[in-house]
Amino acid sequence: MTDPLIDSLTELAPGPAREKWKFWLTALLVFVVVGAAITAPILRRRMKRAARLQQQTEEQARRELTQPVPMNPSDPRVKAKLFWLSDADSSVLAPVTVELPLSSDPVLRSKQVLNTLLAGPVDVELRTLPPDAVLLAFYILPDGTAIADFSEALATSIPSGIASEQLGVDSMTQTLAANVKEVKRLKILIHGQEAETLAGHVDLTGTFAVLVNASQAPTNPIAAPAAGRVGDLVGPPLTAGGSAVKLAPR
Amino acid sequence: MLVGVGNSQRPRPLTICGLAFLFLAGAIMIHALQASSQTQQPTASPTPQASSVLAGQGASSAGSSTAQISQSGPSVVVLDPAHGGTDLGARGTGGIQESEIVMEFAAEVRKALEQQGFQVLQTRQANDNPSFDDRSAIANAQRNAVFVTLHVSSTGLPGTVRVYVNSGLPAVTTTSGLIPWDSAQAPFLGLSRKLGDLIQGMLTQRFKGSPDAAQTATIRQLRTTAAPAIAVEVSSVVVNDRAELDNMAPGVADAIARGVVAFKPLYVITGTGGGSP
Repeated sequence: MTDPLIDSLTELAPGPAREKWKFWLTALLVFVVVGAAITAPILRRRMKRAARLQQQTEEQARRELTQPVPMNPSDPRVKAKLFWLSDADSSVLAPVTVELPLSSDPVLRSKQVLNTLLAGPVDVELRTLPPDAVLLAFYILPDGTAIADFSEALATSIPSGIASEQLGVDSMTQTLAANVKEVKRLKILIHGQEAETLAGHVDLTGTFAVLVNASQAPTNPIAAPAAGRVGDLVGPPLTAGGSAVKLAPR
Repeated sequence: MLVGVGNSQRPRPLTICGLAFLFLAGAIMIHALQASSQTQQPTASPTPQASSVLAGQGASSAGSSTAQISQSGPSVVVLDPAHGGTDLGARGTGGIQESEIVMEFAAEVRKALEQQGFQVLQTRQANDNPSFDDRSAIANAQRNAVFVTLHVSSTGLPGTVRVYVNSGLPAVTTTSGLIPWDSAQAPFLGLSRKLGDLIQGMLTQRFKGSPDAAQTATIRQLRTTAAPAIAVEVSSVVVNDRAELDNMAPGVADAIARGVVAFKPLYVITGTGGGSP
């Protein structure tokens, strides 16, 4: 069983020509294999770089779209209360008074205080929310329910745990309660979607009560019986007092 | 002629080899390109939303309008080692994973509870990750059960333990004796607090620096559980040596078992929904 084509070729080709043909074929094969071995890692590196650049561009575009609401210097400077971890006890929140030019519009004002909260205090150990989380959108419904949409980093970068997740949410609700009286409840979305939990523990399917009195440092609300609406929170113990601090740059 | 036949057959295996080499080289390149362009897909694990499912036997004994008194107290304890499978939970230094540690804690707690005569059911036996609803369903199918979900935090003072009960849920106003799945915990909040305070008290005796009373948090796992339910969170995965956590397990187990024993005579359901019984 010989291939008639090869037979005819070999018959046509004289001995030295056949050897030459074999030599060139082998050389071509070696060239292809060596070429593939050299170019494959280079191509892979380039693809990785391209993917990374694309990711960066998307993140940059998103940040540009959702740039923190600029503070208008002509707005009256008010003493805003922001809730980060207490310096004395990192398992509770403590209010920190910061002088900020805040808008009188509740939506803008909420964005300003939440962005300041996300920026974090000078001592990064006392932050309650991950530094790479971005507030993508914020609305207030007529019934006082605020909807805050955060980037995925809020869920993926926050330390996983009941205590850490609850402190993160509480810092938002208590900061809103202290600074934006129009907000009564807070609904948290992750990248435009309702999430079941923040990072495996705290329930995000309901709304969180934004109670004005919760931000006014009750000494031990934990002991109070738990009752109320879906997502209502009885605030964690807070340390009284606060101090003005400089804000950390983003 | 014989020589000619031999020569004519020689190029054939060479051709096949060449083609095979070409194919192989092409396949390697394609594979390399695919591997580099492939981005990691997030593993979506949608939890089925139980809409208006009704809680089982345990719930029927605690409906807001069915004032019944449990004579015997809890006889079943449902232990829930949190996370599992692809969900590793909190991760610390030196490869410490919450999903793994809680299994060890569960084994100790189980032993201590069985010594006290309780029947213990676990929501998972292996490294898998049942949904929140599936875990709750195990407790909801029991009468007079208590539910304890075990966690290890990624923050907090190492060597301390915190007990949590669920924060506010809408009051249940049903005349059928059945309660909505989505807020199955509502009628049990008062009992959960009693259980939580008892166990927290026992834990604080052993683990100094822990709070005096149970705390409230909006915990997804507890919301759909129709039984006195608490979360126990040990601090933390950020320990220098894993042995520090392992050494806490017997103390945590003993405190939980003694707390459940102390809770037994208090397990009286008076039929109030959404608040303290």
